[in-house]
Amino acid sequence: MHDLVAITALGGVEPRVDTIGGVTCTEVPGVALASVAARIGQETKATKALAKLIGVPAPGIGQHAGDPVTAFWAGPDQWMIEAPFDTHEDLADQVKPALGDAASVTEQTDGWTRFDLSGDQIPAVLELLCTLDLRKIETGSVGRCSIHHIGCFVLCRSPDEYSIYGPRSSAGSLHHAIISALRSAL
Amino acid sequence: MIINHPLLGPRDASEFTYLGDASLINRPDWQADNAAEAFYEYGYVRDNPAGKHQELWFHEAGDRSWLVVTRDTTTHEISKVELARDVARARGRSK
Repeated sequence: MHDLVAITALGGVEPRVDTIGGVTCTEVPGVALASVAARIGQETKATKALAKLIGVPAPGIGQHAGDPVTAFWAGPDQWMIEAPFDTHEDLADQVKPALGDAASVTEQTDGWTRFDLSGDQIPAVLELLCTLDLRKIETGSVGRCSIHHIGCFVLCRSPDEYSIYGPRSSAGSLHHAIISALRSAL
Repeated sequence: MIINHPLLGPRDASEFTYLGDASLINRPDWQADNAAEAFYEYGYVRDNPAGKHQELWFHEAGDRSWLVVTRDTTTHEISKVELARDVARARGRSK
């Protein structure tokens, strides 16, 4: 039996935490992810099944909803589902029966890495990082954008709490981008 | 240049990549008798209008949707932006 040590996307044993100028950037490894893409002609059925799964209406364009299983809009008739890893390690296998033949479900957990920002000056940081129209972003918003040429999702949980998802293989570059922006803006 | 995305609103053109003439949606039937001729025309023959042009743009740094943008090639004025899938379905492509 192998005795392997679990490490985070940045290579640490513990998640990386950086606090700069009142904003804290926290690496969040404990997330399970699955993508949902409604099949052609099944969009309404998939939307209803998704609502049942997350317990609230399926999020519309540029929105996220649900807790502890959250869905966020990723594209037309496409969503990403996120949930705590501890309780939903096999998230895709839990989502697939709920959606049935109405949608295609793909395991995404280890494809992405998440950084949470908390503090009261996050827009000043994001305006250096991405092209999203921050005046339109409020609690419940999600936007897909390019951060230092890395395709990311930016979720606004509240005015003082944002999550950024980027590809796990670019975790180091994304972290560098966020830290550089924190140092520049604050 | 700003592209008014039908779902997400105005977005900077730097978020998009350009593919080409929107006639690329009309991929010929590869089983047709004239498939070779049809694919030659599909692959190589294009109108190159000075004026209104329908073209495919991909929202790469965004929601990854394909758009059909109607743009005047002489002024860059964009008169219409549609989801490519809506255009394809309107042309009878439901698959």
